[in-house]
Amino acid sequence: MSMRRVAVVGAGMTKFVRRSQETGRELSWEAVSKALESCEMSLDQMDCVVMGSAPDAFDGVHMKAEWLSDGAGAWGKPYMRGYVGGGTGVFAPAQGWYHIASGLFDTCLVVCEERMSPTQPHPQAAFNSIFDNFTERALGPNLLWIFALEMNAYMNRYGLKKEDIALVSVKNKRNAADHPASLLGDPNITVQDVLNSEVLAWPVQRLDVSPITDGAVALVLAAEPVARRVTPKPVWIEGVGWCLDTAYWTNRDLSYPTYVEEAARMAYKMAGIKEPRKEIHIAEPYDPFDYKELHHLEGLMLFGKGQAPEATARGVTQRTGDLPVCPSGGLLGVGNPIAAAGLMKIAELFWQLRGEAGKRQVPGDPRRGVAQAWGDLMQVGTVVVMGK
Amino acid sequence: MSLLNNLEHPTDARIWRGDLPVYHRYTAGVAGEKFLRALKDQGAVYGTRCPTCGYVYVPARLYCERDATHLDDSTWAPVGPAGALVSFSAVWVDLDGKRLDAPQWVGLVRLKGASSVLMHYLQTPTGALHAGMTVQAVLKPANERVGSITDIAYFKPL
Amino acid sequence: MEHLVYPSKGLSEQAFEKREVLFETWHVKAEYAWDTGVAIGKYLAELKEGRIVGRRCFKCKRVMVPPRMFCEHCFRPTDEWAYVQDIGTVKTFSLCYVRWDMVRLTEPEIPAVIDLDGASRGMGIMHKLGAVDSRAVKIGMRVQAVWKPPAERTGSITDIAYFKPL
Repeated sequence: MSMRRVAVVGAGMTKFVRRSQETGRELSWEAVSKALESCEMSLDQMDCVVMGSAPDAFDGVHMKAEWLSDGAGAWGKPYMRGYVGGGTGVFAPAQGWYHIASGLFDTCLVVCEERMSPTQPHPQAAFNSIFDNFTERALGPNLLWIFALEMNAYMNRYGLKKEDIALVSVKNKRNAADHPASLLGDPNITVQDVLNSEVLAWPVQRLDVSPITDGAVALVLAAEPVARRVTPKPVWIEGVGWCLDTAYWTNRDLSYPTYVEEAARMAYKMAGIKEPRKEIHIAEPYDPFDYKELHHLEGLMLFGKGQAPEATARGVTQRTGDLPVCPSGGLLGVGNPIAAAGLMKIAELFWQLRGEAGKRQVPGDPRRGVAQAWGDLMQVGTVVVMGK
Repeated sequence: MSLLNNLEHPTDARIWRGDLPVYHRYTAGVAGEKFLRALKDQGAVYGTRCPTCGYVYVPARLYCERDATHLDDSTWAPVGPAGALVSFSAVWVDLDGKRLDAPQWVGLVRLKGASSVLMHYLQTPTGALHAGMTVQAVLKPANERVGSITDIAYFKPL
Repeated sequence: MEHLVYPSKGLSEQAFEKREVLFETWHVKAEYAWDTGVAIGKYLAELKEGRIVGRRCFKCKRVMVPPRMFCEHCFRPTDEWAYVQDIGTVKTFSLCYVRWDMVRLTEPEIPAVIDLDGASRGMGIMHKLGAVDSRAVKIGMRVQAVWKPPAERTGSITDIAYFKPL
């Protein structure tokens, strides 16, 4: 396969807030204007635009990408929307990547927007329709059931305690205290706080879960010749991967995300990575719930099955640890505007690998990172490997 | 082999009913808030003029979609209330396709000073309408205005 | 990168209650009539009779519940109906204290994934547990369907009221 090298050359984002006054279109523009400002490029230098946004039901607007297009800078340009549920934020840059790698375009603006606050009485209600309409919805399920059932299966398989998992929430919310866009950063949170928080669907408690959030993130992608012209510090997209498991979620092994492993294998092969634990220096796995970070670290083959909790307890995944995980603060800390949360992880790797992450900067000159998201009917894994 | 060959008892097929139990709460947005408050409080229709390309958006927007320029406070200016009728229609059916007793008149209006056009109601005309004719915004009385695009009651031909 | 974060305007819930900001609400009128299809039509009809039916693929030998007219692994039509037991094993469960609209519950609902006897391994279905002390529920527990009386059944997954410990 002959493909061109593609770099991220710019990134920008909105603050992540519980309810924005901005419309989704305005949030999109805010993120785009910051991304363009970051690399001193103008909208007319963007050859095409990719929009990532999760269910239309959140914003309450049908054909959401078309509605958001003006804020995304898509006027008069080739434009498409990618949508793989929660996996969207890491899938959109993969789409941007193949737009350029293929030779079709030299630059691509990648925008992810999500506004959950318009959905009433609660965004959970919109998620209700992901359950099978005949065999499941009649039981009156809510989204937490899936996570609680998966978390319990994972805990049971490896004999884990709530304390082992709460460490993830504490780490990420503390990391997020250093993120200027964060909604739930808290430098003082403790494991006890998590364990004392309201039980929603045991074993899931309030502080095991990321918050309802509004926000947007934008990236500028460029082919190698353009990238070298606009910045001395391009961050290359070295590998992309995605994979889907069965839509029958109750038929899956709920204690291990095989589809994440498959997606990671695709991305690692493209990036030439043979030993992920040694060759990757930062990980931004998807963490809408604390146990999901552990689940995904194992799927990404950064730790053996059932071994991520022990590594977390030893401090390996701290920002100063051997493999910093979610140095951004993740979805648990920075916030979870679905698609935008995934792209926030790509932006974090961009800033970290350029040494521009400020107070969050991971020490030791990290050279390579992996970001991952998960979604659809809890069945998709999306992975991007980036390096400098 | 068709999957339907497996349907032994066609009466097994049935309909299952459901809905989406959600509703939505939309903010007007940063520009929308300012636009609608000006309509309510001043009875004025505002646009924003892009300093880069000169395009004037009505309703006012926060940014120019053509070049991503921020349309800050200095770009806001009233437009209209008169403008040119760009297109119009008499609508005889409602959302569900039901026939109306009397048509609802709607039109596209380019307010004086605006580049974009605005969709709104037209006053039931007494004579013939034609594209290019001048129409003017008729606002509801100040005490009935709530900060909505319907604070403009309709446009009437001049 | 602090300067690359736009200072977006966050609102409190009070801003809406006190009408400090302009907003509109919209109730979407979205009602659906779904055709149950062949496999699920049969599944629901059998539930009304107090039986749980699956579908067998001769190639991979799997018995799938709920039934499917094609096998997604072999990508070919499935071959025959296969009844499975209304007894099974709890693979995972939760004690859920919130409803779908986040209204709080004093007594938890107990959703579970249950592997039914006679279906292939890992072919769990989602249902609820009942007639059990929530503290006594365990993964690996054996459970049996509690059916609604025939007159109350409508051809729905809820014709099984819940699963109870054996």
